[in-house]
Amino acid sequence: MGDPGTKQDLLSLEDLEAAGALRTGRKHVLSILVENKPGVLTRIAGLFARRGFNIETLTVGPTDDDQISRVTLTVDGALHPIDQVTKQLHKLINVLKIRDLEPEGTVARELALFKVAAEGPARAEVMQVCDIFRGKVVDVTRRSLIVEVTGTTDKVEAFERMVRPFGLIEMMRTGEIAISRGRTET
Amino acid sequence: MRAVDAVIECLKAEGVEVVFGLPGGANLPQYDAFYDAGIRHVLVRHEAGGGHAAAGYAKATGKVGVCFATSGPGATNVVTPIADAMMDSVPTVFITGQVRTDLLGTDGFQEVDVVGVTMPIVKHSFMIQHPLEIPRAIHEAFHLARTGRPGPVIVDIPTDLARADIPYEPVTDVHLPGYQPTHDGNTKQIRQAAKALASARRPVLYVGGGAINAGASDEVRELARLDNFPVTCTLMGLGAFPAPDPQWLGMLGMHGTRTANYAMDEADLIVAIGARFDDRITGKLSEFAPRAKFVHIDIDPAEISKNIPAHIPIVGDAKNIVAKLVKEYRALEGVDHARLEAWWERIRGWQEKHPLRYEDSEGTEIKPQYLVEALYEATGGDAIVTTDIGQHQMWCAQYFHFDRPRRWLQSGGLGTMGFGLPAAMGAKVGMPDETVICLAGDGSVQMNMQELATCAQDGIDIKIFISNNGYLGMVRQWQELFWEKRYSQVDMGQFPDFVKLADAYGATGFRFENKTTLVEDIKQAIATPGPVMVDVRVTREENVYPMIAPGAAARDMVG
Repeated sequence: MGDPGTKQDLLSLEDLEAAGALRTGRKHVLSILVENKPGVLTRIAGLFARRGFNIETLTVGPTDDDQISRVTLTVDGALHPIDQVTKQLHKLINVLKIRDLEPEGTVARELALFKVAAEGPARAEVMQVCDIFRGKVVDVTRRSLIVEVTGTTDKVEAFERMVRPFGLIEMMRTGEIAISRGRTET
Repeated sequence: MRAVDAVIECLKAEGVEVVFGLPGGANLPQYDAFYDAGIRHVLVRHEAGGGHAAAGYAKATGKVGVCFATSGPGATNVVTPIADAMMDSVPTVFITGQVRTDLLGTDGFQEVDVVGVTMPIVKHSFMIQHPLEIPRAIHEAFHLARTGRPGPVIVDIPTDLARADIPYEPVTDVHLPGYQPTHDGNTKQIRQAAKALASARRPVLYVGGGAINAGASDEVRELARLDNFPVTCTLMGLGAFPAPDPQWLGMLGMHGTRTANYAMDEADLIVAIGARFDDRITGKLSEFAPRAKFVHIDIDPAEISKNIPAHIPIVGDAKNIVAKLVKEYRALEGVDHARLEAWWERIRGWQEKHPLRYEDSEGTEIKPQYLVEALYEATGGDAIVTTDIGQHQMWCAQYFHFDRPRRWLQSGGLGTMGFGLPAAMGAKVGMPDETVICLAGDGSVQMNMQELATCAQDGIDIKIFISNNGYLGMVRQWQELFWEKRYSQVDMGQFPDFVKLADAYGATGFRFENKTTLVEDIKQAIATPGPVMVDVRVTREENVYPMIAPGAAARDMVG
């Protein structure tokens, strides 16, 4: 039987939140090599869901070996649960290798597309901001621009803050991919 | 040859002696192959019975249990046994039929995405997409099921692929690059653990089901004997260390002995061997064994520091590691062998003050605890015992003293009502020369009662004793203790008439109501040939004590 508690001590919402708060911490980028087989992504996503971890971003792509794919995901967590989650991931038979990438030793990038309202004088201002962020205008209509920005998550978020006042119609982000610095393989 | 015949060849190559299963539309080709396969097939009455029987067989023999089911409802019926096998690390392979490939994803008749449904509760699964994959998948399934931390593996085979003609060659290797369980254990860590044991003044060996899976009982006993170390076992670990032994503290946890729980509470070093610090063991986690350092030996790295941070983690096979630990300990010099005397004095104090006890009846009424003692006396302890889940299970754990591993077959982690009867059936098939007893509750036995027909038909000679109090007893106990005696939906009355039911199934039924003749009555029931089901009327409202209340600390045991 599960623990039903007793009639007296009902769990308060505060207690539940406090329990949840134990899980926050710095962001981790996990780079995972997996066998390129059907259902592997489901296994990974399912594992995160049932162990109570929230995936912030997730990218999947091929590697130089067509038998192997790379999953890059970012997770918000304190060190202890991350340790547990990498161990649990290792138990998946199709997972070959996991690296918890250190922020200093890693180059991480993401791609974002912004659809921004830009009419009249605003258009020039948006394009100026775009220049500063080395963004690229990839589509233009009379009333809007689509800007492509690549960079770190911080940079993408900074760009978002800058263009939001002009009227951000829509935004799409890929989530980070990451590669370790230096000669050694990720 | 047909792929289904190749499956049979694979089973033979894996040494499979028996398969539990039930045919249906999607595994018709497979059952055609069983027709003259020369492998024993036990036709169960419900796939859940088949799955639990496979687990009972695996737990009793240490071999891989095998269960076949058809697609859709056949496959969903084995979901509970699969979850059960996952929680208790039971080596099992489930081979399910699937609708033909052109129907996949169309909501075809009896189509269920069984690989998807079971993903969180399997060690691994194979969805066959090409007939040539089948032999390798079967062999890899067996390899995964029995090695490392054992567990359930599914192979789902669409019916058209099962009929395909394939060249079969025995597969002698497995190719699982992402699967390399650690076997050996880090030598430096083992040495450190030996030193920690040598300097501990209040050590406890805490032994779980992993020690039984690893076949480490002899090594555990050797370790305990090195220095008179006290030993406790989890529910799953009972039998890993002989219960009638001076160094034995009894089971620990929610309904464990006070001695075992108090010893954990005051220990300065706890050596966990194949145990996973489940909530039924720790009680309130933050107050669990507050003075202890932990050595944690486990084959699964994910268990280390999952619930309790380990000071000395050792990943690997328990048999191997404990043997090395014994060697390292023996090599130490200047160990003070008298250092545990004060600790044993304290332990003996608890043992004298808090033995397991219950108030026996004055007249002929049978107390459920006495039923267990009578079973123990009637068999001389020489039996394989399965139980269901609830009060009778806890009393059996407390009062039946298991002296060897693989004699006490349990659904520990999942707590599956209806486990006991089919598990006993599987155990008897695997160990035909042993007396196999299922102690069941009147509630739980009804959940897989249909397998009595299987036992009768196949002459599977199990003896079922129903501890019949007419209640879902453990739920009633919790309602009494924690919900102000508001007995909601726990009274099952005296239904059905189990003696008549036994007769209807082609088994022998008895009803025992008299304490004074109970031991002799039990002997007679066990001596009766064929499957026997006994309705033992016991005291209705009896509680399992002692008890760590949910969320409480071990030192605050009640009763």
